[in-house]
Amino acid sequence: MVREKIALQPRNAVKWSRGKITLLAMTLPSFLIVLLFSYGPIFGWMYAFFDYRIGMRMSDAAFSGLKYFRIALESPDLLRVVRNTLALSILSLLNIPIAAAMAIFLSEVGSKLFRKFVQSATTLPYFISWIIVYAIFFSFFAPDSGYINHVLMKLGWIEAPMDPLGNNDLVWFVQTFISIWKNMGYNAIIFFAAIVSIDQEQYDAASVDGAGRFRSMRHITVPGIMPTFIVLLLINIGFLLSNGFDQFYVFYNPLVSENIEVLDYYVYRVGLIQGDVPVATAISVVKTVISVLLVFGASLLSRRATGKSII
Amino acid sequence: MRGFRTGWGNAAFQGFNYALFLIILLICVYPFFYIFLVSVSDPAAVAGKLITVYPIHFTLKNYGAILQLNGIYQAFFVSVVRTVVGTFITLFFTSMMAYTLTKRELAGRKIFYRVTVAAMYINAGLIPWYIMMRNYGLKDNFLLYVLPSAVSIFTLILIKTFIEQISTALEESAIVDGAGYFTIYYRIIVPVSKPVIAAVAVFSAVHQWNSWYDNFLLVSNSRLMTMQLILYEFLRQAESIASSVRAGGEPGEITITPYAIRMTVTMVVTWPVLLVYPLLQRHFVKGIMLGSVKG
Repeated sequence: MVREKIALQPRNAVKWSRGKITLLAMTLPSFLIVLLFSYGPIFGWMYAFFDYRIGMRMSDAAFSGLKYFRIALESPDLLRVVRNTLALSILSLLNIPIAAAMAIFLSEVGSKLFRKFVQSATTLPYFISWIIVYAIFFSFFAPDSGYINHVLMKLGWIEAPMDPLGNNDLVWFVQTFISIWKNMGYNAIIFFAAIVSIDQEQYDAASVDGAGRFRSMRHITVPGIMPTFIVLLLINIGFLLSNGFDQFYVFYNPLVSENIEVLDYYVYRVGLIQGDVPVATAISVVKTVISVLLVFGASLLSRRATGKSII
Repeated sequence: MRGFRTGWGNAAFQGFNYALFLIILLICVYPFFYIFLVSVSDPAAVAGKLITVYPIHFTLKNYGAILQLNGIYQAFFVSVVRTVVGTFITLFFTSMMAYTLTKRELAGRKIFYRVTVAAMYINAGLIPWYIMMRNYGLKDNFLLYVLPSAVSIFTLILIKTFIEQISTALEESAIVDGAGYFTIYYRIIVPVSKPVIAAVAVFSAVHQWNSWYDNFLLVSNSRLMTMQLILYEFLRQAESIASSVRAGGEPGEITITPYAIRMTVTMVVTWPVLLVYPLLQRHFVKGIMLGSVKG
C-alpha cells in the first residue's frame, strides 16, 4: 500500500505555495483575455463550412463542406481585389527607404534643436486617426472647395479643378503618398535610433582616412541601418495581404472602387454588407493561413540575413 | 552630429538639408494649421477667397453651430471615458502579466508566453471576429471598447523586457520583508517601470481616442458613439447639416457652409491630440525608440 503511494507521487511535484497561487491569479485574467480575443475568433472559422447567415442558429445551418471556399476563390472580383491589395502593399514598401533616407539626412543636420523639432512635428500625422487624415486630404484636394485646386486655379496653372481622390488610375499612387505622409516621421525615428547606435569611432576613422560626408554615409551609415531596414521590410512582407481596413474604407468612393478595393474591404463588403458570411469567412481563413506562412517565411529569411528572428 | 566638415561644400549641403526639412515640416504641419484657420474664419467672408496664413474675419460662430449638433457632447464624453478607462485597463492587465511572465516560479510560464506571443501573428479575420464579439455579448456594449484591447501583446513583450532589466535586489529585499507578489508588483515594479509605462500609456490613450472600427461595426446605439465616428458622419453629411443651420438664420444670409462645418468638426476631434502632443511628445518619441530596439 505504502509502496504504491510512493510510486504514484510525481517526481517533481509542484509545491503550491501561496505565492504560486498569487502569481497564477495575476496571470490568468490577462491570459484569458488573450485567449478570448485573439484565439476565440478562430472558432468563427467554422462558419465557412456551413450555410450560415447572421442571426441564424447554428443548429439550423446545413453543412456545406468546401462549397463556399470554391465560390470564394472562383469569384471574378477576387482577382481584382488581390491585385489591388498586392499593388498597394508593395508600393507601401517605399515607406521604408524613404524613412531611412529622411533619418540619414536628418542626422546630418547641425542643430540638435531643429532635429528634435522635425522629429516631433513629422510624427504628428501618425497619431491622428484615418478619419482625420481623410478630412485633411479632402480639404486640400476636393475638386470644388479644395485648397490645392483653389491655389492652382488662381495661379492659372490649371483650367478646371483636379480630383485626385476620385481618380481611379491614380489611386495607388495617391494612397501610397498619403500613407507615406502619415508614417514617414514615425519610421524615421526607428531608423534614427539605429543610426545613433552606430559606433562613432567608425566615422572618426573614416574622416582621418579622408572620407567625405557622402562616402561615410554610403559605407558606414547605410550598412549600419541595414539590419533595421531588412527587419522592417520582412515584417511588412508578413503583412502583405492585410493593408488595413481604416485607410481604404475612409478613402473608398464609387469613383475609385475598382482600384482601391483591398482584401480587407472586400471581406467587409461581402460579409457584412452582402451578408454572405460563409464566403467572407472562407476568404479570411485562406488569407490568415497565407499570412502566417508569409510571416514564418519572412522570419526564416530574416534569420539568414541578419541572424535575428522576427518571431 | 559629426561636426568635422567645413567650407562651401558643407554650407551648400546644410542649406539644402535645412530647406528640405522645412518643406517636409510644412507638409506635415501646415494642414493642421490651415484647418484651424478655416474653423475660426467667418464662412460668409471666406466665400471665394483663399485662407493661407491668417483667418478671415475671426469668429467662433462655426464652433457655436457645431457644438449644437446632436450627440456631440455625448460622443465627446464616450471618447474621454473610453480613453481613460481603456488606458488604465490596458496598462493594468498588460503590465501585470508582463511581470508574472518574468517569474520563473510561475506554473506553466513557458506555455503562457508562447501562446501569447503566437497570438500576435494570428488574425482570424473580420467576420469570425465580428460574430464572436456578438456571441460574447459585446454588441452595443461599452466593454467592447476596453476589453479586447486590454492586453496588448507587443506592449507586453516591451514591458517584460524592461522589467527583466530591473535589479533583483529590490524585489529580494521586499520578499525578505514579507511582501507577496502582488504587493511587489504594485509597490515596486510599477513605480520603477515608470518610463516604459508612461510611453505605453500615451500610445494606448492615443489609440483609444482614435479608435472607430469597433464602434463602426458593432455599435448602433447612438449613446455609445465615439467622437471619431461622429466626425465621420458629420463629414459625410456636411451638406445637409449646413442647410439646416442656415434654415435657422435669416434668408439669404450665409451663416455656415459645408466646408466650414467639415473643418470645424475636424478641429473639434483633433484638438485634444494637438494639445497633448507637444506636452507628451517626449514620451511618444521614446516609445517609438523603445519599440524599435526589439526589432
